[in-house]
Amino acid sequence: MSTPILKQGHYLIASLQPEQSDTDLLQLQDILVEQVGRFRSRGLILDVTLLDVMDSFATRTLRNIAQAVSLRGAETVIVGIRPEIAFAMVQLGLDARLSGVRTALDLEEALAILNRRCQEGMCRD
Amino acid sequence: MTDVIRIAIRCDADIVLVRQQARLLARELGFSGSDLTLIATALSELARNIVEYARQGEIVLSQIRQGRQLGITIVARDHGPGIADIERAMQDGYSTGKGLGLGLPGAKRLMDEFEITSAEGQGTTIKATKWVR
Repeated sequence: MSTPILKQGHYLIASLQPEQSDTDLLQLQDILVEQVGRFRSRGLILDVTLLDVMDSFATRTLRNIAQAVSLRGAETVIVGIRPEIAFAMVQLGLDARLSGVRTALDLEEALAILNRRCQEGMCRD
Repeated sequence: MTDVIRIAIRCDADIVLVRQQARLLARELGFSGSDLTLIATALSELARNIVEYARQGEIVLSQIRQGRQLGITIVARDHGPGIADIERAMQDGYSTGKGLGLGLPGAKRLMDEFEITSAEGQGTTIKATKWVR
């Protein structure tokens, strides 16, 4: 299952689809890390609103994407972790595994975070 | 109502399939939205353990009734290498594979009852139950 990736100015927005397999997620990881470089993006927004489950594999993959993207000079924000998913992640002990990654409630807040970071000169020009 | 669903687990697509099937059954049984997510997440961890450590196995989903209480029971069974040290495998952060080491202890926290039997070289069976609240 492929993930729609939108380009919005200096940012990429990826909307993760429900019922993704581990293979799908790993493919997405490679594509995003490559595209951040190709489009010289300053920020990546991972929208997880539609995900039915955030298990340990999905969490680790999202964290890996954020870290790899950071090495490529861009900032990642995860948006749309639903209440029941947040609760399951806390029970699983996964919340701590995402501690280095920014999260936001919605797209508006994620864009505000990225814009602020870029104004502070944290992102490349 | 479906009584027993048996799903062979051989690859990562089966992990997605078993989650879908469990959601359908759990919804029929009257579980709430947040419990559906907890059950699907626990199953995801158990199914991935089978693929990662044993390569293949099966998961059996069934409804269970105890007095007036209704629940769902998950049995995850494989004939893989087994778990040498169950106590250690149930500790957060311990993993002999590529995982985060949260699969088994995490799945236990998400379910109400959790039982694990394993013999080295013979495989592992995990039985977990969640009751409708």
